Amino acid sequence: MLELTDYETELLAGSEGKAKQLAMKMMVAAATVAEATSFVDVSFAHVGSGFYAGQVSLDFAEFLLRESGAVSVPTQTNSSLIDFAHPNLRPHSSYPTETHGARRLMQIYEELGCQPTWSCAPYHQLDGRPEFGSQIIGSESNAVSFYNSVLGARTNKYGDFLDICGAIVGRVPFAGLHTDEGRLATHVFHLENLSDSVLGDPSFHHLLGIIIGEMAAADIPAIHGLESADEDQLKAIAAAAATSGAVEMFHAIGITPEAATLDEATGGRTPKRQTALTDSDVHRVRKNLTTDANGPLSAVCLGTPHFSVSEFEALIGQFGGRRVADGISMIVTTSRAVFTELQLRGWDAVLTSAGVQVALDTCTYFTPLTTGIHGLVMTSSAKWAYYAPGILGVPVAFGNQSECVESAIRGFVHRQEDWS
Amino acid sequence: MISGRILNRGEASGPVLRLTAPLSFWGGLDPVTGAIIDRAHPQVGAFMTGRIVSMPGSRGSAGTPGVLGESIRLGTGPAGLIVAKADINLTAGALVADTLYGTQCPVVLVALKELEALVEGQTVTVRQDGTVSLDH
Repeated sequence: MLELTDYETELLAGSEGKAKQLAMKMMVAAATVAEATSFVDVSFAHVGSGFYAGQVSLDFAEFLLRESGAVSVPTQTNSSLIDFAHPNLRPHSSYPTETHGARRLMQIYEELGCQPTWSCAPYHQLDGRPEFGSQIIGSESNAVSFYNSVLGARTNKYGDFLDICGAIVGRVPFAGLHTDEGRLATHVFHLENLSDSVLGDPSFHHLLGIIIGEMAAADIPAIHGLESADEDQLKAIAAAAATSGAVEMFHAIGITPEAATLDEATGGRTPKRQTALTDSDVHRVRKNLTTDANGPLSAVCLGTPHFSVSEFEALIGQFGGRRVADGISMIVTTSRAVFTELQLRGWDAVLTSAGVQVALDTCTYFTPLTTGIHGLVMTSSAKWAYYAPGILGVPVAFGNQSECVESAIRGFVHRQEDWS
Repeated sequence: MISGRILNRGEASGPVLRLTAPLSFWGGLDPVTGAIIDRAHPQVGAFMTGRIVSMPGSRGSAGTPGVLGESIRLGTGPAGLIVAKADINLTAGALVADTLYGTQCPVVLVALKELEALVEGQTVTVRQDGTVSLDH
């Protein structure tokens, strides 16, 4: 049975206004569904409700603002429908309702007290990153997994409306990944049978994430046998596993902070399932992420999730002074904070002269549709490639970042290895 | 009569639309028309408008509350929802729509056996106390 404190009871009764009342009602509903008996205080939130999904997004935000709603913890915003700095990516003339609504929504979330990060990967910014063990609110699926898995902060995935409501009342139901018990690994994936060439493939972490997402179902996966992984690679696993499946947390034994050993990850229990991956699992996934690898390329889309400074550094090295072929759009999405870093280093000019367009705030998912690109798109993001044929309706070629650069320069898909 | 657990309180009646597989409303429901648009879903093409939708659950998508809320705002959405798995995303969408627009879309949780006994097209009433009765 859910127990409320006096303060929570008052919020529910509306003594602090209608915005907090709705927010508390929402958290009580969430607690009922999760069968939680109490709430836990949070110290940070990353909210996705500022993404314009229709008039209801705006009506809801206006309601919160009008009824004196405000976030009570440091709160960062997830990607927006639009790039505030580059309106040509979604022309106002073609999308008047959406662009107007999205702009207003971005203003309101700032007025509610959010930091305008507008990024699906705000964790690249060290300032304000949640600490190990902290209780937080996450919304975007890759970020939820990154916070849980890589930083050791604790969150379930909070959808539309729920995330900002939690940030307003500063608490969420104490359940699932907020608890010690809910974070233990229950499905171990063994990499020992994989060949060195597969393990060393620059796309390996993306592909591993897709496989784990497909196989893990509701289990918490632990990866056994990964030698090392940097944050960009862990981000790739997080994003891919949350795309092909519903993985909100994974452990990488010897790498992630709650998995110094397999025993620590599982809490010393026998895992429910164990799976030994083979090279053919990886080859199959890699092949399936490409629908078409022939003919001329129309665009290269990188930065899903948003690029880090180190990913830009590698990209500039891969270009080596060369430039994107005429007629090809190469777009990389990132956050305002990472872009400021690029400007400090003078890299924005280097990218511009290479023919690379850097987009902020939004996601390149939307670019083909809103800028009239119909032809083949290449990407190094397994998440982008996974969604492209069904949701975006464009043919896609998946390749590692270096292959994407070589292809952009040539104007057609160029991969080092025959993947068919 | 079925006695369900209330996930979002409300009263509604209408003919049952029986979904035989979980559905993500985000990418699966067009809020403008009320049609199911997920091509992989067995009930693709069916309209939710005015129906009491019975479904095993939603596939957890963070975008589901917004799409459900938008469909209720536009009047294309379901009259009520009967689920066999407790679902916060449907509950959140329905609660927000009720608060903003005063349109009740009750969400009740019932046992899977009871859910499966509901017949496509049969008119049912969901009441404030979470009970579901069959109209004759």
